[in-house]
Amino acid sequence: MCLGVPGKIISISGDDPLTRMGKVSFGGILKEVCLAYVPDAQVGDYVIVHVGFAISRLDEQQAQQVFEYLRQIDELRGLEEGTT
Amino acid sequence: MRFIDEYRDAEAAERYARAIARITTRPWTIMEVCGGQTHAIVKFGVDELLPDKITLVHGPGCPVCVTPLELIDKAIALASRPDVIFCSFGDMLRVPGTEKDLLTVKANGGDVRIVYSPLDALKIAEENLTKQVVFFAVGFETTAPANAMAVYQAAKRGIRNFSLLVAHVLVPPAMEAILSSPNNRVQGFLAAGHVCTVMGYTEYEPIARKYHVPIVVTGFEPLDILQGVYMCVKQLEEGRAEVENQYARSVRREGNLLAQQLIREVFRIVPRKWRGIGEIPRSGLGLAEKYAEFDAEVRFGLADRTVEESSECMSGLVLQGVMKPHECPAFGTQCTPEHPLGAPMVSSEGACAAYYHYGRFRVGGLTP
Repeated sequence: MCLGVPGKIISISGDDPLTRMGKVSFGGILKEVCLAYVPDAQVGDYVIVHVGFAISRLDEQQAQQVFEYLRQIDELRGLEEGTT
Repeated sequence: MRFIDEYRDAEAAERYARAIARITTRPWTIMEVCGGQTHAIVKFGVDELLPDKITLVHGPGCPVCVTPLELIDKAIALASRPDVIFCSFGDMLRVPGTEKDLLTVKANGGDVRIVYSPLDALKIAEENLTKQVVFFAVGFETTAPANAMAVYQAAKRGIRNFSLLVAHVLVPPAMEAILSSPNNRVQGFLAAGHVCTVMGYTEYEPIARKYHVPIVVTGFEPLDILQGVYMCVKQLEEGRAEVENQYARSVRREGNLLAQQLIREVFRIVPRKWRGIGEIPRSGLGLAEKYAEFDAEVRFGLADRTVEESSECMSGLVLQGVMKPHECPAFGTQCTPEHPLGAPMVSSEGACAAYYHYGRFRVGGLTP
């Protein structure tokens, strides 16, 4: 129910911040999405979409954190094994 | 697809699983709150990658499952009226009411329509001015900004034949209800990433302190969940109880302030009954005084109707993480997705349906 799907903004229409809409591509499938809650989002940005509303703009740097954290865990282990 | 495929990498998942096994010295029980996470865990077999000492229990995070019988019956009463077009997310149609479900109402000629967004329901109202259009506003904090916007726009644009049957629920009070229960076995939480995308996670900080329980805001892909489990186990092993954010690509500590502003404008906090659990104070949203005219219960005089829950379905125990779906005597026999006794067997995110669809039939049978 709280399903949020990441998609890429292809175009934006409307000037009123409360009714700003965008075309968002989900792997090629296009949907009209309300952008009222992501005023900073621009064409090309990825957003999380839930029931027709973008609720966040995805942070490209933070997106790497899952892999960075894993690399640090494994590195730490390598160091610990090296010293024992 | 970007932001999905990379978080399903099998090699990275195995590295995370090995890392979790390395730091786990004692048995721990962790609850994932959100039905979307439950679904991903069972679908991708994330639980099967974890060491035996780690038990994942599934929380009450499926709004379809926790919507009380009395609201289902009210929805059925409204959908049966000839002057009403009843709009709902698809999941709600097969949830059993006292006598029937919404799908039966539709089959008997009721105008019940499945919509993707509350804005679709608003559009139907604009196109059918001689009818009353009621939207079944079910959901957690994630869905509240969308439903708030539909009401806000209806008021602004003078669309008076639109109303909401509100069944909104809030996550933090449910977590506190679980933690205060004498049956509680939850030692750490994976908090729901999209609820926190909207609300942020400051309201979880006092819960972590009060109950000394680690809470890790977690995403929905297998690697997200594995990292969430790792972070939670690490806190448990080190005796820490903090709120951490695994899902930082979407969640900021303060959440989405614009969305919160509109939720506060349109809704107010109310007590709410949870199916199988009972009433939890301050655990739901209802329409604010200013928007009371958009409340379907007020408009159609349903506010005072109450219905007792049946005791046949043990979903309350499943939703609180006390019982696993396959431990229920009715699971897979009297209760199946075709003939559900309760909502967790209906919704695609319900724990019982997830166990059924992915073949978790055997008692204690989580290992192949």
